[in-house]
Amino acid sequence: MSSTLLSAQGLTVRFGGLTALNGLDFHLERGELVGLIGPNGSGKTTFFNALTGLYRPSAGRVQLGADDITGLSPQRVYRAGITRTFQRLRLALSLSVFDNLMIGNHRRLDAGLLGNVLHRARLRADIERNVEQARQLLRRFSAPLAARLFDPVAQLPMIDRRRVEVCRALISDPRILLLDEPSAGMTQEETRALMDDLLATRSEHPELAMVLIEHEMGVIERVSDRCVVLNYGEKIAEGSYRQVADDSRVRSAYLGED
Amino acid sequence: MSKRAARIDIALALAALAGCALFTGLFLRAEAQWEIAVLAVLLAATLYAAGRSGVAARLEATGAAHPRAASLAAGAAMLLLVALLHSSHFALLMMATVALFATACMGLTLQFGYAGITNFAGAAFFGIGGYTTAVLATHTGVPHLLVLLAGGAMAGLIGSLLILPILRTRGHYAALVTIAFAVLFKTFLEVNDALGGPQGLKVPGLELFGWAFNRRIPLGEDREISFFASYAALSIVLALLAYSLVKRVERSWLGLSLDAVRVDETAAACFGIDIARWKILAFTLGNFLVGLAGGIYAMMLGYIAPTSFTFGDSLIMVSIVILGGLGNPLGVIPAALLVVVLPEKLQLIQEYRFLLFAVVVMLILVFRPDGLLPRRMREYFAGWKRA
Ligand SMILES: Nc1ncnc2c1ncn2[C@@H]1O[C@H](COP(=O)(O)OP(=O)(O)O)[C@@H](O)[C@H]1O
Ligand SMILES: [Mg+2]
Repeated sequence: MSSTLLSAQGLTVRFGGLTALNGLDFHLERGELVGLIGPNGSGKTTFFNALTGLYRPSAGRVQLGADDITGLSPQRVYRAGITRTFQRLRLALSLSVFDNLMIGNHRRLDAGLLGNVLHRARLRADIERNVEQARQLLRRFSAPLAARLFDPVAQLPMIDRRRVEVCRALISDPRILLLDEPSAGMTQEETRALMDDLLATRSEHPELAMVLIEHEMGVIERVSDRCVVLNYGEKIAEGSYRQVADDSRVRSAYLGED
Repeated sequence: MSKRAARIDIALALAALAGCALFTGLFLRAEAQWEIAVLAVLLAATLYAAGRSGVAARLEATGAAHPRAASLAAGAAMLLLVALLHSSHFALLMMATVALFATACMGLTLQFGYAGITNFAGAAFFGIGGYTTAVLATHTGVPHLLVLLAGGAMAGLIGSLLILPILRTRGHYAALVTIAFAVLFKTFLEVNDALGGPQGLKVPGLELFGWAFNRRIPLGEDREISFFASYAALSIVLALLAYSLVKRVERSWLGLSLDAVRVDETAAACFGIDIARWKILAFTLGNFLVGLAGGIYAMMLGYIAPTSFTFGDSLIMVSIVILGGLGNPLGVIPAALLVVVLPEKLQLIQEYRFLLFAVVVMLILVFRPDGLLPRRMREYFAGWKRA
């Protein structure tokens, strides 16, 4: 049996006359971490949005395991086991860290009216279980953050907000985690700390596959198993970090050389 | 927290409750214009100061730590007030009206405060409850408890149809649809002869479990207990039940899902949250409460007409929700007290009612955007942070 978890064939997204993603072929193996790089506007976020059901692909197919998940709603993509973070954080700032994590755990929670209003004792037990789970997950990233479980996210510094977003995507035990520039707006030190946490997560969940969009080439070199490079919506290179870094098309895309 | 601090908190809360009851009594009985004005300013100033100084938050925390005891104590205090005011028709009518408007606004809190659906047709759903109750109680022998529930159900049902076109869009479109509905509803009533047209309908008095609410209860020779007393008591119980329902919703996975929908639909969708499902639920349940309150209101007044359910009345409901503190069902109670009673008592502002509310809402948005009693962080159960 092949270990390919996710594959896209000829994935294309057009906005009017603009082709943001052009016939992308992509695959992701179980437990693999693929770095997705490319200049600004090259279609990286668009690729995530097409995978997670926010954009409907104009052409092409996406397959998760044996299932065709092309054009599924975001809700169904999540239930199929793909979660993500956002380039510009999309946390609920007024809600607590715990509440934000629980939004990520929605598939395991019973949010129905009757159960929540009438069976309070059962609900309480479920909540207490989830508090414990949330605390453990946060502790792997940062013990001080775990101690602020009930603080509003608005009071946290950038690095902790990023951590909360990553944990929100992790808490439901997804099969695939999509990270859209998690280091944006952070210092090099903070980025290094976050990447350490991600590597630790990988070693605890060897099956979990990740796609990491990242600008810092140093970060990509350090953490990724394989790289895919986009430019103007097309894949221009693929391979190990060294292979793509030496590729002339990649260098010209990045350095503007001709 | 030490035992002593906890005891001080409880003493403080009981004192505050007694103060609230005393104030409500004075406010409802006041007649001189200057008295009313002074009391209204006092209420607004006290709430403002209590909010700024953190006293309000501390009191609310005490209540949250003992939710059942707090509800019972508040209910008992208000019922005691009903007993004390037993023969003043007008004060009791005002009390019942405030409790019913507060109930309706708790319904709006589910919609607007949690799910983020602006509903500018609150008075229309209130009216749907009223008209349903009027028709069923006049033409059928259905027990009145069921009649009232049917009024709520009808409001919920019509609301759930109304919300369908809203679901596929975002932003202010929902507000426009509800505004259109509010205007349409009044026109529909005016041209509909079966519902009495512009003259409206008479509504039979409420009868629950063999108790006729409009019955006269003589008290000695020349005095009697106002029949508004039973309506006021019932309305207070209803408001308490509505409060407890809304709080239970808020302190649960359901409340969290509604918040997620309001804050960021895109992020919510990416974590499996079915936007349409939760919006429909919040809208329907909210309108159910509004309709239920509207049914009792109609039976209490004995008469309803299209002019009782105008777009302006819907705006008043929204301003109560905002004034009280968006998302805090406790806040709508003092807000309803101010907004409902003040214009009835102060002749000066009756004419300028809407102008006044516009000014008040604008002042609030500028100086205290979270309302008189801002919503606090969610506490799933008593003693939450020690979990
Ligand atoms: N919703 C949209 N509507 C129109 N154009 C879009 C939309 N989303 C992205 N684009 C365009 O698609 C291209 C790729 O954008 P994006 O995927 O965000 O790039 P990247 O994430 O690689 O920086 C850009 O030219 C961008 O302007
Ligand atoms: Mg991007």
